[in-house]
Amino acid sequence: MKTMQYLKNVVTLKLNSDLCTGCGMCAVVCPHAVFEINKGKAHIIDINDCMECGACALNCRFDAITVKSGVGCAAGILNGILNGTEPSCDCSGESEKSCC
Amino acid sequence: MATLVNVQSLRPVSVTTPTVSSELELSDLLGALKVRLGINRNNYTVTPGLYKVGKPDSQSDVLVSANYKLSFDVLRKNLDSLNVWMLVIDTKGVNVWCAAGKGNFGTDNVVRSIKKASLEHIVKHRRIILPQLSASGVAAHKVKEQTGFKVIFGPVQARDIKSFIEAGYKATPEMRKIAFPMVERAKLIPVDFMYAIYKLLLILCGFFIFSGLDKTGFLFAKMLETCLYPLINIVGAYIVGIVVATLFLPWVPFRAFALKGAFWGLVLTILLYFLIEVPYMEGISIGLVNISIASFMTMNFTGSSTYTSLSGVQKEMKWAVPFQIGCMALGIILFIISKLV
Repeated sequence: MKTMQYLKNVVTLKLNSDLCTGCGMCAVVCPHAVFEINKGKAHIIDINDCMECGACALNCRFDAITVKSGVGCAAGILNGILNGTEPSCDCSGESEKSCC
Repeated sequence: MATLVNVQSLRPVSVTTPTVSSELELSDLLGALKVRLGINRNNYTVTPGLYKVGKPDSQSDVLVSANYKLSFDVLRKNLDSLNVWMLVIDTKGVNVWCAAGKGNFGTDNVVRSIKKASLEHIVKHRRIILPQLSASGVAAHKVKEQTGFKVIFGPVQARDIKSFIEAGYKATPEMRKIAFPMVERAKLIPVDFMYAIYKLLLILCGFFIFSGLDKTGFLFAKMLETCLYPLINIVGAYIVGIVVATLFLPWVPFRAFALKGAFWGLVLTILLYFLIEVPYMEGISIGLVNISIASFMTMNFTGSSTYTSLSGVQKEMKWAVPFQIGCMALGIILFIISKLV
């Protein structure tokens, strides 16, 4: 069921099949079931399900996956713009809102 | 059954590992309620270190948790009748997923915590179970390289941990997915509700005063007489933006959160316009303000949602923030004009 999918065709997830060994780690760690392993290789089922958490890229020891990961959080992005930094939720307690 | 111990007073040491119960006490439940309401939620922690649940031995599993007490409690609650070790790592009191995203629940921290607890002397096997949502911070193969422990990513939800272990560390596809049902969304509303409360009060004050504007100057009696319509609308827009839009998140077909919010702001405007009779110019001006506020509040819920990507939110904000500022500015100007003519 596709009741919860965010904007289409924006995510930065990329899979390089040449480097993939089909170990399946990406399919294990992905919380949105973006990957399936088929004929010894990982495949992206629906890229629009990706939320760029970065778990797959971090846990791919063959560097077959890249994604610009970060927090998909409007308050964090606003924080970043106002402070001139990267998007940051700043959960450390200084800001009034720690967004997650 | 494990002995009941007050978790907050415990200090784990490697010589005598403290035992925690898998049963939550009333104080745990009250603590959880307070955190959900946003009271002192950045300071709800458990002392990091190794804990026993039941009577674990050298063959028992090791489960890793964040030191946010809510995370810790949810895990131990689901461990009844199990004999396991719980390794609580210092995530500065932040939950698993957010700490992983920020790097506090990261490879280095897990490696350090394993070494600090001397885990290699406590268990004979070489495997540890981490929550799946820590995978955005922890590279399993690097933990193996640096400690010899094989990381097994458990299910997303702690309630599945028993079935996961019983199935031989196998998760069903459903256990691997993060859902975001209405009840989970509802739990996040109180904290988000407080997010812009001062901005809300500021806007309310502004419109309270603008209500008294008149072509003859400023009329105190007019302010009291006509302030109700804008104030009800503005409070309403804030509430629909963060409560109604988020509860019914998948029901509105737009993908952008700012549009979902704007939709509810418009619905509210139309309802109130037909309920309360006001000049159409005032109705339109307040409608723009409503759309701006509701859109902004729902857009902010992207931070609480479990499926929005950074690229997507950035793309959405590129038009949504100018749109919200524009609606608000135009709304204020039209409202003032409607009072002066």
